[in-house]
Amino acid sequence: MEKQGKLKILVVDDEPNILMPLEFLMRKQGYNVLIARNGNEAIESVDKELPQVVVLDVMMPDVDGYEVCRHLRRKQEMADTKVIFISAKAQDADIKAGYAAGADLYIPKPFSTRFLMEKIKALAVGEKVVTNN
Amino acid sequence: MHYGLIIGLCFLYLALLFALASWAERRSAAGRSLVSNPYVYALSMAVYCTAWTYYGSVGRAATSGLEYLAIYIGPTLVAPLWWVVLRKIIRICKVQRITTIADFISSRYGKSISLGSVVTLICVLGIVPYISIQLKAITDSLSILTADSSSAWAGAAPGFPDLAFFIALGLAAFTIVYGTRHVEATERHEGMVTAIAFEAVLKLVIFLTAGVFVTYFVFNGFGDIMQQAQQLPDYQQLMTFDTGNSFSQWFWLVLLSMLAILFLPRQFQVAVVENVNEQHLNKAMWLFPLYLFVINIFVLPVALGGNLLFGGQAVDADMFVLAIPLSQGQELLSLLVFLGGYAAATSMVIVSTIALSVMISNNLMMPVLVNSSSLQSHFHRYSTGILLYSRRLSILMVLLLAYLYYHFVGEHYSLVEVGLVSFVAVAQFAPAIIGGIFWKEGTRNGALAGIVVGFLLWFYTLVVPSMVGADLLPATILTEGPWGVALLKPFELLGLTGMDYISHAMFWTMFLNTGLYVGISLLGRQSVREHRQAEVFVDIFKHSTVFESSVEWKGTAWVPDIRSLLVTFLGEKRTADALAAYYKQYPEQTDEWGSADPKLVIYAENLLAGVIGASAAHLVVASVAKEEEIRMEEVLGILKESQQLISSNHELYRTSLELKQTTAELQQANQRLQQLDKLKDEFLSTVTHELRTPLTSIRALSEILYDNPDLAREDQEQFLHTIVKESERLTRLITQVLDLERFESGRIELNLEEVQLQEVIAEACENLKPLVREKQVELLLELEPSLPPLLADRDRLMQVMVNLVSNAIKFCQPGSGKITVSCFNFEYDIKVSVSDNGSGIAPEHQEQIFDKFYQARHQALRKPEGSGLGLAISRKIVESHQGHIWVESEPGKGARFSFILPVQVSAPTVDATVNV
Repeated sequence: MEKQGKLKILVVDDEPNILMPLEFLMRKQGYNVLIARNGNEAIESVDKELPQVVVLDVMMPDVDGYEVCRHLRRKQEMADTKVIFISAKAQDADIKAGYAAGADLYIPKPFSTRFLMEKIKALAVGEKVVTNN
Repeated sequence: MHYGLIIGLCFLYLALLFALASWAERRSAAGRSLVSNPYVYALSMAVYCTAWTYYGSVGRAATSGLEYLAIYIGPTLVAPLWWVVLRKIIRICKVQRITTIADFISSRYGKSISLGSVVTLICVLGIVPYISIQLKAITDSLSILTADSSSAWAGAAPGFPDLAFFIALGLAAFTIVYGTRHVEATERHEGMVTAIAFEAVLKLVIFLTAGVFVTYFVFNGFGDIMQQAQQLPDYQQLMTFDTGNSFSQWFWLVLLSMLAILFLPRQFQVAVVENVNEQHLNKAMWLFPLYLFVINIFVLPVALGGNLLFGGQAVDADMFVLAIPLSQGQELLSLLVFLGGYAAATSMVIVSTIALSVMISNNLMMPVLVNSSSLQSHFHRYSTGILLYSRRLSILMVLLLAYLYYHFVGEHYSLVEVGLVSFVAVAQFAPAIIGGIFWKEGTRNGALAGIVVGFLLWFYTLVVPSMVGADLLPATILTEGPWGVALLKPFELLGLTGMDYISHAMFWTMFLNTGLYVGISLLGRQSVREHRQAEVFVDIFKHSTVFESSVEWKGTAWVPDIRSLLVTFLGEKRTADALAAYYKQYPEQTDEWGSADPKLVIYAENLLAGVIGASAAHLVVASVAKEEEIRMEEVLGILKESQQLISSNHELYRTSLELKQTTAELQQANQRLQQLDKLKDEFLSTVTHELRTPLTSIRALSEILYDNPDLAREDQEQFLHTIVKESERLTRLITQVLDLERFESGRIELNLEEVQLQEVIAEACENLKPLVREKQVELLLELEPSLPPLLADRDRLMQVMVNLVSNAIKFCQPGSGKITVSCFNFEYDIKVSVSDNGSGIAPEHQEQIFDKFYQARHQALRKPEGSGLGLAISRKIVESHQGHIWVESEPGKGARFSFILPVQVSAPTVDATVNV
């Protein structure tokens, strides 16, 4: 863990035009932002950087978001890491699968960035977030 | 040989038959019936071969030559027709519970009592001589066998009581014990059939043994007999068919035996009444002729051998088969031969007398008894007993009549001569029966007139002369005609000469019988009941299944009355069983004290018909049921209804078949729909997914721009530019989805014009120049300068080219990419190829790469841009121009997309099916 107040956050998505605004918002919030464009990059980053929050797309060309999440949950040192799925798969079954893989929150695309940022903030201070999706 | 021994043997033999019959009946009761077997059935039919065959054929062959064969050729020729005629008769008897031939004719013509009585009378008068020849054969063979021993009977032949009388009494006693043993008068006799089949085997084996003995032991085989026989004075006459009227004689004899095999009461008994399964006919149709063939093999050798051995001596030719072994000192063989003849005779006597006794009691006695009001009150109490006693009395009567005929007439004639007279008598039933089952118009009056006239003529042309021969009538009747009228001479009626007496009688009886039957039937009208029965008989295969439901009875009756009636004739147990069976079939009618359903009345009448005959059954049922007159129209209506029931059954069956087929088709269609539905779901979820992604980007960027008015100018520009790009992506996606949907639903319209394809390609590449420059790839065009023009949609082809080239650009490595577009004329097609040196496509994906959203579902193929619909639409466009598109690729070395278009596009076609 780094010093207090500088939250380390990993944002994973294979769409550059989605990564771009998210990265912008995280930096503006003052987070320590890490970027991954696919599942393998994400796993590499997770292993190396141990981020406190991971914002994770589900459908990616190589390793999907569920797999990245499961990998992360197997690491003891990342027990407190919060995982937020952002996905274009918005059906009930997809959402259930996301929580089953170990997510703290599942947000279907398209979503409000304000909502996402609020939830990240809340999760970072240890609040339990309940989605009403 | 000693009498005691032979008489003892005869009794032993009868005891054996009795034991065999009882055993068969016990087996049947235990459910292991011997009779439900086609071989037993076919063998039982061999009751046709009586002492006539056993002794008489040899006698006939010895005196008249080959003519004896005619009565075996007839049944053989007619056997294939049994499936048509006999099966129909069997079915009718099963459905209507008919147990005798008299009942059959009476039932067909409206259960007519008069017709039943007449037929019974003819049967008795016709068959009695036939039975008498069995008596004669037994008596004669017994005399020959015992000729050596001095016996009290030896010289007693003409007197009374003679040997034949006691034989007749003995057989009567045996048949009574044997045939009417049961308290119930059932219609089928399994024990009897088993015994008859056994006798058939016995007489065949013994006759063949005798034949082998004569042919191979007395003589040296067939050749030897034939050679020696040539010295006989009448050899030529015996072995050829040379007599002047031989053709007509053969014709009439063959026809006669064809009818006899069907209508002799004993044949009717074994072939129809005792039949347990119609399918047995199949085997009997060839087994029975085979039996006839085998039993005739040694007739001629024995006959000729007898002529050779006994030429000039006073030995009855009918007894050659017994006399030859006896003359050779073969006592044991002679005894066996006697036994075989005894078996042949007794089997005929037993079956015939049982059949006749049933006829007499059912068709002569019962109608009188049940109709007489003075008898009726007593009658019901003792009916079962009366039935049995009337049958026993009938048996005794028939055998005594046979004895009388033997005593006064039969002795003067040969076995075959007498037998043929009987054949002509039963042939009189042929028009009424054959007509009755194939011709609905035949009436009771026609049948009665035909049979009665035929019978009278029979009596006049055959019986009267035989009485003359027996010195019972003056000989002048034959020589000068009765009262001196020459036209009435019994053998030359109306001056018809040149025929033997059997052919002559057959000609006249058949001619007048058939003529009257047809003529009077055509002139007269049927009663309602006759009409109903005619309908049922002729169309039995339509009625047999729905018989009890096609009721043509109207009236009132009470269930308790019907029940007590049944108990009277069937006994408590059978009545209970029968009613249980009925209520099982019609469970809705359980009111045991109420009025009886017409179905129950008909059912009861049929049950009773099996016991007391159809006409008597109709009478007794009428005594408890008040029948109303049914008008002809009603009967026709009911019959029509039952026909409609059948045809609507057919209709139902057909409809249900069609339904089944439709269901299967629907199931298939449903499966296809489900598949399509699944595809549509997948398509929708893919489309929405593809929509969500740019929307996410647009929304996020817009929110940032909104929330951060003080954003740096270049950031603002970059975000806005991205928003525009993503919007374009959304638009493109929507356009393509709609485009594809139009292709798939067949609603696309092509704007056909003459197109120079090389121009289209050049233009497409020109439009993509900025992208080429941006990605720094090399784009080469290899276009044939002069191509035939295509009739095509220019914009659509442009779409295909842009799609293929831009795909190639996307897959190339920036800087080192090389793309070649070629186009040339290839016979009647134009072939276009777009090759790149990009990453290529794995073989497993090459097939499906043209499926919509294939990339989206296989994320490894995913590329930065594109809706995933470009190739799917390109394929649709190419195919709608009757072309074909495909890809060749080696992973890592690039891919080549090619399509060909025919130069002669006759008409645009759109593949409306959904491609997966």
